[in-house]
Amino acid sequence: MNVTPTRGIARRLDLVFAFLVAATGVTWLVGETGSAGPAAVALILGLALVKGWLVIREFMLLRRASLLWNLVVAGWLVLILATIALTYWKALR
Amino acid sequence: MTETLTGDAPVSRAAALPRHPPGDLAIWVFILAELLAFGVFFAVYAVTRMKNAALFDAMQPNLDRNAGAINTVLLLAGSWCVARSVDSIARDARPASVRWLGAAIACGGGFLVVKVFEYAAKFAAGINLATNDFYMFYLSLTFFHFMHVILGMAILIAVWIKARAGGYSAADHRGMETGAAYWHMVDLVWIILFPLVYVMR
Repeated sequence: MNVTPTRGIARRLDLVFAFLVAATGVTWLVGETGSAGPAAVALILGLALVKGWLVIREFMLLRRASLLWNLVVAGWLVLILATIALTYWKALR
Repeated sequence: MTETLTGDAPVSRAAALPRHPPGDLAIWVFILAELLAFGVFFAVYAVTRMKNAALFDAMQPNLDRNAGAINTVLLLAGSWCVARSVDSIARDARPASVRWLGAAIACGGGFLVVKVFEYAAKFAAGINLATNDFYMFYLSLTFFHFMHVILGMAILIAVWIKARAGGYSAADHRGMETGAAYWHMVDLVWIILFPLVYVMR
């Protein structure tokens, strides 16, 4: 039985997890340094977008689902983060 | 069998519906409903913050960001463990699959413990839902999520019990995929909640 392809999946999952933890560290650092303002917020929301996308595609395995399912779930992620960014921006003015 | 080896889900013969992600279609409908509920909650938080930015920015530094970050890592680790468990069963590596599930449950338990300590510190400081808008959202939003972690844990434990009894195999592990999908949803929601409530200012 050729198991190489699935071992590849395990390694891929490990890499995704390592990235997710590193990205969380960056978000934590932004909070610890008390960073405020559009640049800091763009960074943490951007990281949330990438993290969410990775969880959706790699852990929830949306990459094996149809385009429609991907659009619906990723669309939810983008819509929520865009709403957060928009309200943040409006509060600045 | 070939499908699982190449990492692709078996192609459904009933092609009438768009191919849904691994797990029962019912759990995916439920996940969409959950995402909608959390989405509304997040949007209301964002709009309320927009109207009370000074209050939110003044209150937020009182939150325990370390606890929030540790809990983020615990949920990510739990999600990763469940993903490895599903990958293991797809290779028929049953003992490994059970171990990864056990590790995921431990991560979820760790999240609950950290959160209980976080709540205890807030309640000890006399903070409650009526303190102000910020704390009303902080407490209700995180507690809404907290209850989802508990439900996710219950599902994972049920899957773990069945996995220990040899109830899943490479050929049939739809039930495990179903539980895994719900657990990942709980993680996905927290990925937005942490920066939104604990960090964004």
